[in-house]
Amino acid sequence: MAQQTALPPAEQPTAPAPSRTSATDVAGLGRGRAAAFVAPAMLLVAVFLVFPALWTLYIGVTNYRLTGVQARTPEIVGVDNYVDALGDPTFHNALFLTLVFVLFSAVLGQNLLGFALARSLATLRPVMRRVVESLVLLAWIIPSSIVAFLWLALLDRDAGTLNALLQTPGLAWLIDYPLVSIIVFNIWRGTAFSMLLYSAALASVPPSQLETARLVGASRWQTLRDVVFPHIRGHVLTNTLLISLWTFNDFTPFLITAGGPNDRTEILPVYIYNTAISGGQMGYGAAVSLIMLVINLIIALFYIRLLRERR
Amino acid sequence: MRRIARIIAVTTGLALVATGCLGQSEDEPEDTQRGADATEVTLTIAANAVSGGKNAEEADWIENYVIPEFVAQQEADGVDVTVEFQSSGVDDEDYKSKIALDLRTGSGADIVSLDGIWVGEFAEAGYVLPLTEVVGDTVDEWDGWEQIPDAVQANMSFNDERYGVPAGSDGRVLFYNKELFAQAGLPEDWQPTSWEEILDAGRALQGIEGVTPIQLNAGTAMGEATTMQGVLPLLVGTGQRIYDEDAGTWQGNTQNIRDVLGLYQSVYGEGLGDPTLQQEAQGRDKSFAEFAAGTVGILMEGDYFWRSVIEPTAGVAPMPNRDEVVGFTKLPAMEPGSGIDGQDFVSMSGGGGRVLNPATEFPQQAWELLTFMNSAEATTELVGDGARLTQRQDVNDELLANDPMLSFIADEVVPLSAYRPGLAVYPQISVALQQATLDVVTGMTPEEAAASYQDAVEAALGSADDIASD
Repeated sequence: MAQQTALPPAEQPTAPAPSRTSATDVAGLGRGRAAAFVAPAMLLVAVFLVFPALWTLYIGVTNYRLTGVQARTPEIVGVDNYVDALGDPTFHNALFLTLVFVLFSAVLGQNLLGFALARSLATLRPVMRRVVESLVLLAWIIPSSIVAFLWLALLDRDAGTLNALLQTPGLAWLIDYPLVSIIVFNIWRGTAFSMLLYSAALASVPPSQLETARLVGASRWQTLRDVVFPHIRGHVLTNTLLISLWTFNDFTPFLITAGGPNDRTEILPVYIYNTAISGGQMGYGAAVSLIMLVINLIIALFYIRLLRERR
Repeated sequence: MRRIARIIAVTTGLALVATGCLGQSEDEPEDTQRGADATEVTLTIAANAVSGGKNAEEADWIENYVIPEFVAQQEADGVDVTVEFQSSGVDDEDYKSKIALDLRTGSGADIVSLDGIWVGEFAEAGYVLPLTEVVGDTVDEWDGWEQIPDAVQANMSFNDERYGVPAGSDGRVLFYNKELFAQAGLPEDWQPTSWEEILDAGRALQGIEGVTPIQLNAGTAMGEATTMQGVLPLLVGTGQRIYDEDAGTWQGNTQNIRDVLGLYQSVYGEGLGDPTLQQEAQGRDKSFAEFAAGTVGILMEGDYFWRSVIEPTAGVAPMPNRDEVVGFTKLPAMEPGSGIDGQDFVSMSGGGGRVLNPATEFPQQAWELLTFMNSAEATTELVGDGARLTQRQDVNDELLANDPMLSFIADEVVPLSAYRPGLAVYPQISVALQQATLDVVTGMTPEEAAASYQDAVEAALGSADDIASD
């Protein structure tokens, strides 16, 4: 729902318009024409954003299903779906797994690895740098379905590449370590973005300050903490916000584990798919989607507050 | 700020008005003769079949036989017909969602393929109507019905009304590897008469290095395959159907369910089956590959397995020596005589068919095309050199003599077979059953698993009123 920030700002009603009486705004268009200019954008926002959101809200208070009697005559059930979801252990499981997944694969994994890559790449020869960058980028741009197939081949129990490399025949990674598997997968998949962003951010650190730090004998850690980090603080928060939200809403793990085994990788997007589409419970699925939207907004607000703090 | 508030209020109002559209309004019955005299007709057929992929033979049959033949036939009658084929090659659930949305919005193809278990929920939703309501009484006069056994017609019926024409049927049996049986000192001509004898055979096979004695589908990853090729055939062997039509009750935490889960515990607790495989996302495909490679002793499947999976040349896991190595035998009830209706042997059957879209512009012509697709000639053409159990008795009598497996299914298995209830809630019950088997495979006792199964069924039905438990 990050698009909401793209809403056209409301008109400033108090802008002075000295010359003509009809134009009370800065642009001098007049309210009518200004509204006409904004209308197409507002219409698009209404049709593609506001309406679906309200529709989801509405479906979420019904027992609407894809098929069966409730498809013909859905009934309003009020907040039942929300009560059911909040009291449902499988929903709690999905929420918990999602938070663990986001924390380890995005907030820690992609962030740290992306930063480490960006920092070490800066010292590499240009040829090597481009090779490493391309490889990391490749993981990011290959379509999900192909990537999923590659990972299935990698982690397969009987003929998997990983088992062949580690000499551990018959180890079922996706059954014995399902959550770890998709966390590692997501780190591999998404690190490119963090790497690119941090590469750009690190370039903004003035070399003179780094030089000074070295002259006064600062250790690597001290340099990082006192010289580099203050410069890239905003980048860190922006990056963390974006990758958290993306990971929170990521559906790709479904292609690898389908939420299994026994719901052990059933993160929220997969949970919604399994209940709403496969299970046909549209009303319940809509309610959970809305809960998910609220959690997204909370995460976003949390980071935005952090971002504003020292500005 | 007032303006913004006003805009929000107006948008909300509009959205709420529009949301009144959720659900279907009760339509007046439409004229079944609409478009009957048209000389220019366009019809569309939709199926989850695609040339070169899923159900390729059906797709090719529609494109290369049905369409040209029907168009030529109509041309002779002076009607200019265009028939289009809307192919898909996706998972059944995805196809189902697509079709449900098509029918819901009054669009979609004129003739639509459906799995038999969807008919109930589609009918309850008002997406499909009885054929007599779409076409009129001419439906009952079609001579093809006489050739289609009642049990097969039931696949595409709901509340004793025909919603579509079935497209064939199937049955479940035990497949076993004769070479492994010989190694383990088991008879090549095997016919177990109780579950215990299946387990005994499994124990004998356990001695062979690198062999999984029994593959009994379990878990949610296999989806409906767990229910249809696992729980339900076993359940009818305990004397109960999952849904008792006379009493109107579903099986809950009953002795029958616990017995079935007990067998799962024996198979997976004693190491006769591979519990990890049941949880893998591609577990079913793997079980096929392992059977084809000769490392699985006994496997319960439908005749689909014989004709599409281990088929020596075109199967997905081809077995060149299938005819010599693979044996098949009827699934015994838990004990002799303990099956439904006192049967010694049991099976489950399913099958799909084709319905007419109630929103079709040309109900009469669409029905004509549908009966053409189900004529003896067209059905024979579809089977071709392959072997499948068709909906038509006359075609089966002629073709199945060529294939020992399919005549076995037609003559000995289908008469014993039970069918799944075509009710909207069935898919949820099915998932609850899959979960119960998964619980047992991952270490729960049958009693615990049956208790949480009962909870899941109560949640699906909204109350415990229509659940049998003891």
